[in-house]
Amino acid sequence: MTKHETDFIVVGGGVVGASIAYGLLRRGLTVNLLDEGDDAFRAARGNFGLVWVQGKGANSTAYARWTVQAAARWQSFSSALAALTGIDVQLQQRGGLHLCLDNSELARRDEELKGIASTIGEPYPYEILDRKAVQHRVLGVGPDVVGGSFCPMDGHANPLRLLKAMHAAVHMLGGTHVPGHHVEMIEYRSGAYELKTPHARFRAPRIVLAAGLGNRQLAPMVGLRAPVEPIRGQVLVCERALPFLDLPTLHVRQTGDGGIQIGDSKEDVGFDDGTSLEQMSQIAARAVRCFPDIGNLNVVRAWGALRVMTGDGLPIYEESSDQPGAFVISCHSGITLAAMHAEVLVHWLCGNPKPDLITGFNAERFDVQAH
Amino acid sequence: MFKLIESDAPQRRRICEIFVDGEPCQAMIGEPLAAALLKANCVPMRYTPVSGAPRAPLCMMGVCFECLVEVDGTPNVQACATPVREGMHVRLIHGARSIGQLGGAAQ
Repeated sequence: MTKHETDFIVVGGGVVGASIAYGLLRRGLTVNLLDEGDDAFRAARGNFGLVWVQGKGANSTAYARWTVQAAARWQSFSSALAALTGIDVQLQQRGGLHLCLDNSELARRDEELKGIASTIGEPYPYEILDRKAVQHRVLGVGPDVVGGSFCPMDGHANPLRLLKAMHAAVHMLGGTHVPGHHVEMIEYRSGAYELKTPHARFRAPRIVLAAGLGNRQLAPMVGLRAPVEPIRGQVLVCERALPFLDLPTLHVRQTGDGGIQIGDSKEDVGFDDGTSLEQMSQIAARAVRCFPDIGNLNVVRAWGALRVMTGDGLPIYEESSDQPGAFVISCHSGITLAAMHAEVLVHWLCGNPKPDLITGFNAERFDVQAH
Repeated sequence: MFKLIESDAPQRRRICEIFVDGEPCQAMIGEPLAAALLKANCVPMRYTPVSGAPRAPLCMMGVCFECLVEVDGTPNVQACATPVREGMHVRLIHGARSIGQLGGAAQ
């Protein structure tokens, strides 16, 4: 078996792992980015592509601020990626809409955003819109839409192009993306971690576990825990149409190539990433109530993908206290947080103090309190 | 360029007239519309919405979605999976379709 030694090994070639590998390489470090095969659960290839601020962190001011800062970095992050790789990730960040279909939903939305804005301690621009104000922002709104919320920090990108761009960047900066290597064992031996896959061994003094749901098995190998659960989301994609939807909404967006993506179902169905007629009908029905003309379009693809969710929806960013230099990174919002992961998080991974905002994002918060 | 293969089986299909971008054109009732359009030399059959690249039917069995045309006002219909009917109006597609009254007219 061959050994490959680098400064860092990142386990997980999805958006989270690739962001981190990209960030490390930009600092001149050497990186192996280990990835599984196409049979892995890949949230990075099934997600909706929102860069989303509004409503995030209702239960955590730190997470709300982390998200706001992430969104603020997106424009320069995507420009740098494009300059390096020539790949345009189709970022559009002119704000996003959450449409409400009844007045109680709108009132709850108002309360929720008011709560975040009053505690976040920094500017949190948003507007609650009545029906008329929604119509001012987007065309073709259905009669059932009573209003919504608008946040100018929101946007969307093409998540597949983003992943492709980051993989290209990893390659161009001298890193190695190693697909088809499922990590079976992690051992600490004479000053470095050794990761064993069916095909090879990889060595590095620092390792980052960013394997999504795979972190459940990997984290305990270095004295960490990653209590994450799969929450399935189903996505419908309609045929490409001329641009009609100027802003992304939480449930419907038009991609840079003209396709209409419909989503935001949430189901706890274990490790089943299939689709169901019931959920697809529900998300399609909501989309058509929001924008009735969508009902004329053909659906060309549908899929299910598994979100990586903790019990409180917040990330886990933790270094092993038993085995320093081993980190676990688990989060749900890999797209929104991509710039934070490539820049601020990587600063910490390189041995600098953990950013204040994320000191609380350890797995021990899920431990049952002993009395 | 495309023509029917001679076969021993008796040809029982009736010839009819359809309209392609307003031009009358002969086809056989019940044959796949994509086949009729190929015989009428409608190649390229469309241009893609993203890159504008020319396209023509590839699989002829409902899988590749390369043979999309507008049929009687309905955009993006798979011509290979649509039987020819007397008098159908077909339009070849250039770029993305419009959605409802939004986004202007397709063309």
